[in-house]
Amino acid sequence: MSKATFRISRGSGGDLTPADYEIEIGEGMVVLDAVHQIQYEGASDLAVRWNCKAGKCGSCSAEINGMPRLMCMTRLEDLDLSQPVTVEPMRAFPHVRDLVTDVSFNYRAKKSIKPFKPRKPDNADGTWNMKQEDVERVQEFRKCIECFLCQDVCHVLRDHHKHEEFIGPRHFVYSAALEMHPLDTEDRVADLKKAQGIGYCNITKCCTVVCPEHIKITDNAIIPLKERVVDEFYDPLTKLFRMFKPKK
Amino acid sequence: MTTTGTKIPLPQQRAFGKTTRTDRWWLKPLLVFLGFGAFVVYSTWAAFQGTNYFYGVDGADYISPFYSPLLFGVAEAHPLISVVPEGGRPPWWPGWMPFSAAFFILWAPGGFRFTCYYYRGAYYKSFWLDPVNCGVGEPRKGYRGEQKFPLIFQNIHRYFLYVALIFIIILLWDAMKAFWFTDIDGIGHFGIGLGSVIMLCNAIFLGCYTCGCHSLRHLVGGRKDCGTCSGPIGKTYSCVSGLNGKHMMWAWISLFWVGFTDFYIRMCAAGIWSDPRFF
Ligand code: SF4
Ligand code: SF4
Ligand code: FES
Ligand code: FES
Repeated sequence: MSKATFRISRGSGGDLTPADYEIEIGEGMVVLDAVHQIQYEGASDLAVRWNCKAGKCGSCSAEINGMPRLMCMTRLEDLDLSQPVTVEPMRAFPHVRDLVTDVSFNYRAKKSIKPFKPRKPDNADGTWNMKQEDVERVQEFRKCIECFLCQDVCHVLRDHHKHEEFIGPRHFVYSAALEMHPLDTEDRVADLKKAQGIGYCNITKCCTVVCPEHIKITDNAIIPLKERVVDEFYDPLTKLFRMFKPKK
Repeated sequence: MTTTGTKIPLPQQRAFGKTTRTDRWWLKPLLVFLGFGAFVVYSTWAAFQGTNYFYGVDGADYISPFYSPLLFGVAEAHPLISVVPEGGRPPWWPGWMPFSAAFFILWAPGGFRFTCYYYRGAYYKSFWLDPVNCGVGEPRKGYRGEQKFPLIFQNIHRYFLYVALIFIIILLWDAMKAFWFTDIDGIGHFGIGLGSVIMLCNAIFLGCYTCGCHSLRHLVGGRKDCGTCSGPIGKTYSCVSGLNGKHMMWAWISLFWVGFTDFYIRMCAAGIWSDPRFF
């Protein structure tokens, strides 16, 4: 058995001090196991949020060695254990205690997105017909586990605190899932441009880098939505084209 | 966005370069900075030369991609508008301004790359440090992104794409001509020189870069919710999406290769290198 040191941010309401804990580590351990071990060995008041320990509930988000990651999916063998491993709470949300932050901003941001509005059913029994190829594109977005790591790493929220004007990558993924759905009839493009601030994204792709579900957030959700914003607001040719297109 | 309106308390913005990351986070932005920087310096230098852009020794017909389509230039390169001797200028060009045929061309590929989604993300990081890398403190407090003036103009990208698509056809045409050599009697015949291969690769690499463009992906199907509707549209969309997935790789390969193509032709035209003929 070898030992490793974990430097965990302790405190409440944003008043944080790092505390070092040295523990014995074993094969196959993840950072969340280490945190539990630290709780067990004496720091029983160390606050941490977790649930599934399988990378599927999105609760255990934190910053490990400075990068937003799921604690339950970060294996110790992939970290440099010759140095203390820092474990900090996410920086884009208000701090509560130790590793716990208040992520309720995300629930409010999500509410600002217009809900799914399907077209009239295709069949008498109230069902629709779709081709598999047509829904495939939005299926990628449905993998999201709402861990909010992408929100945390996005510099628009993290550094520039544009929470009032920008809904963040997670919610562009959600908008894309609805907006690109073949049955949906709602138009969310004006909201994306104005109230939801998609133009603040400068496509630097940090959200894509940290997504534990490997959703190509920037390439497949944000940029295609930006292109739709261009269609509706910045491209005189498509505007002209639409004026002459017969209305359905 | 409709929120409660009350500002939420957040951690202080970190100072520039401050991070808890332990890896070499500065390495990638530095390499990108050096890579783009080297290309910008070289291409500007090459554009201002106004000479050695055409190689016609032994009946060859190689033109530098920085100067094609040639509007004003040496007679043997068949300029489209008027013949201007090597190092010379058209009579109407203001005397105090340096002249080069490349000036009429380079705004197009330059603007295309400058507004490309991949390059934007990359140079915002490496040159503007916004952010220099993920989870690392930034130098500036204020932020407008692409939401407001001036970067809102990046939305012009699709117009550069339309021009770039025409350029691909021109470069393919140039590459084809590079496989056609004229002998002393003025008879043309098929042949292969190292330059022909370099120019063909150039057109192909630039084609792979251009056809992976996000705006093109949008145009050929992405704008529709049923963009993958079966048939030729669906096929084109998946083709473009495939190239789009490797857009960064093609951006770098084509950037390096277009610079190298100019360099190769420049070296041959200056008589420093001689172009080996295989066939
Ligand atoms: S790509 Fe856009 S949304 Fe994603 S982290 Fe960067 S700025 Fe934020
Ligand atoms: S998009 Fe990825 S990183 Fe963002 S909340 Fe969903 S799963 Fe997490
Ligand atoms: S505990 Fe559920 S994702 Fe980590
Ligand atoms: S997005 Fe890169 S060329 Fe259009």
